Amino acid sequence: MSDTPLLHLQGITKTFGSVQALTDVDFEVMDGEVMALVGDNGAGKSTLVKCIAGTHSADSGRIVFEGKEVHIHGPKDAARLGIEVVYQDLALCDNLDVVQNMYLGREISRAQILSEAPMEQHTSETLKSLAVTTIKSVRQTVATLSGGQRQSVAVARAVMWNSKLVVLDEPTAALGVAQTEQVLELVRRLGEQGLGVILISHNLHDVFETADRITVLRLGRNVGVFERRKTTQQAVVEAITAGKPTKVAGISASPAGVDA
Amino acid sequence: MTSADVVGPDRAPPLEEERISDGIQGVWERAWLNVRTGNLGPVPIIVGEIAVVIIFGFTATNFFTSVNFVNLITETAGTAMLAYGVVFVLLLGEIDLSIGYLAGIGALVVAELQLPGSSWQMNGILAMLVAVAVCAVIGGVQGSIVAFVGVPSFVVTLGGFLIWQGVILNELQQRGTIIIQDRWINYTDAYIFSPGAGWPIAAIFTALYPASVLYKKIVARGTQIGQQSWISAGLKTIGIGIAAFGSVAIANNGKIIDTPEGLPLAGLIIVFFFVLLTFLAKWTTFGRHVYAVGGNAEAARRSGISVKRIKVIVFMISGATAGIGGIIFAAQVNSVALTFPPGNLLLNAIASAVIGGVSLFGGRGEVRGALLGAVLIGTLQNGLNTLSISNGWIYIVTGLVLLGAVTLDTVAVRLQARSGR
Ligand SMILES: Nc1ncnc2c1ncn2[C@@H]1O[C@H](COP(=O)(O)OP(=O)(O)OP(=O)(O)O)[C@@H](O)[C@H]1O
Ligand SMILES: [Mg+2]
Repeated sequence: MSDTPLLHLQGITKTFGSVQALTDVDFEVMDGEVMALVGDNGAGKSTLVKCIAGTHSADSGRIVFEGKEVHIHGPKDAARLGIEVVYQDLALCDNLDVVQNMYLGREISRAQILSEAPMEQHTSETLKSLAVTTIKSVRQTVATLSGGQRQSVAVARAVMWNSKLVVLDEPTAALGVAQTEQVLELVRRLGEQGLGVILISHNLHDVFETADRITVLRLGRNVGVFERRKTTQQAVVEAITAGKPTKVAGISASPAGVDA
Repeated sequence: MTSADVVGPDRAPPLEEERISDGIQGVWERAWLNVRTGNLGPVPIIVGEIAVVIIFGFTATNFFTSVNFVNLITETAGTAMLAYGVVFVLLLGEIDLSIGYLAGIGALVVAELQLPGSSWQMNGILAMLVAVAVCAVIGGVQGSIVAFVGVPSFVVTLGGFLIWQGVILNELQQRGTIIIQDRWINYTDAYIFSPGAGWPIAAIFTALYPASVLYKKIVARGTQIGQQSWISAGLKTIGIGIAAFGSVAIANNGKIIDTPEGLPLAGLIIVFFFVLLTFLAKWTTFGRHVYAVGGNAEAARRSGISVKRIKVIVFMISGATAGIGGIIFAAQVNSVALTFPPGNLLLNAIASAVIGGVSLFGGRGEVRGALLGAVLIGTLQNGLNTLSISNGWIYIVTGLVLLGAVTLDTVAVRLQARSGR
């Protein structure tokens, strides 16, 4: 891991009319690091991600990727840099099968004619390399997959393109316990494979299971970056809620990483 | 979600499909599984078509004559052309109400351009190309309003419906009818292949499907798309062969022969466009993107697909196919008159696609559905006609069939959802 962050946002500000969604936000992710992005509803997490994905352009601030300043104006620009975003919903076409979804918008073709065989083979290989083994057939339509399997396909798709940074916006929000575990496992593997990962989640338990560091946004400001091994859920909760003493049920005050 | 999703590891019980054996036995088991789970595909409509043919074969003495069969094919051809375009529009989850009168515009343009003695008179083939291009451009303009301005396609094409109807009225109110004399244009409907030429055409058509299966088996070795069972491919080929050779046989020499006929060119035209558009929908990047936009436009956009471009092109296709259909209809009567488009052209075309299993909500359906639907509607209306049943009843029966087909399809989709396929 080098010292230059993979992605470094500097002084990002974004307003929607009178709403100040982001104010002078600094944010960084290293190679091979899972960086969690947490904050209350409306804190600006999705907006920050959309600036990275090129869906929104920031009013001011710089985006530095691999040490170079970049300008991202849309999904294609982001993809070219190696940034892939997995959205919580609306990411897959239900009526298409797994292969077709994996290659959506980037089909392998010769003279506009689809080359199905390499797409299918590569899809199977990618799923296998990520240990996504519960999907029976890559020719199943996505509508027939479970929530966890769908999310796995979405993540695998993001990884397949030699991406360097994968952004996951609430990837487990709609999932049951087992399926959440399955997706988190996948997220950890991405980090182990050397990718940068940004994980947005409201579930601090999930965050403490997967993230290396945690950035907290509050009302559009970065109010702290925590090392997972050196902090507690309580400390993060206090940062999220502006230090108001909130005893959240089920959250222990002891450090999560014992082996720090 | 099943309880297994929540408590255990994410592993569904093995699909019944996996236990199905190979061979003839396997084909039956798979067929039965498909029936139970509502994965019917085009089977009900094919069964319906066979039933209709048998019923009319017995009740209407002149149904199986070559004259009537040639009529049936040419009557169906125009509707099928329009229905092809409808498939693409519906796949996007859009609608095009203008195609009936756009067909009229196609006919009108072609009639004007071939007008003998006029300063702009041109070769019939060129005239047809220009007419189809005009319709494609009109479709493109309507599509652009849908895609770039965001006006619902229902409204845009309803506007088109009125506008093109108005244009046709203005053009023809004074003149009444424009006669089409150009032989190339009239050939689109009336050219009849010699009985000898019909057979090789039927053979080529029959060979297309096994050829595509073979191609997949070779190119996609070792993948699942190359894994179609030989037996089911063989059975389907036999079915297609019966339809193709049977049609040629009846067109060549029907039961009561007064004038020996032959396969009409119109029949070949619909087959040609069926193959072309199926290829476009299923084998090309463009086709894949059409399905994607229809399935989930937002996901398609985020994947970098230009949703607007796809929409515009699809409406251009819909305009072009309407233009071609219009020319065929005009060739049928060797003229274009105020009464154009004939009958319920717009609704018949949409009904054909819908009966053929194309979903109104986008993302689901195939080009073959339009062909099957158009043939069913055509046979039904032709058969009732030969029985001298009143127009009123023809409408009622067509409506009931539409209702029945869509109801069946809806039930099938629900069954499919329940069985998780
Ligand atoms: N397109 C938009 N137009 C106007 N305001 C917006 C827009 N997008 C976001 N905002 C505002 O920006 C602020 C930050 O929203 P954002 O969606 O980034 O929050 P979030 O942290 O993702 O919240 P959640 O946890 O609920 O997803 C909110 O006040 C929101 O109302
Ligand atoms: Mg959000």
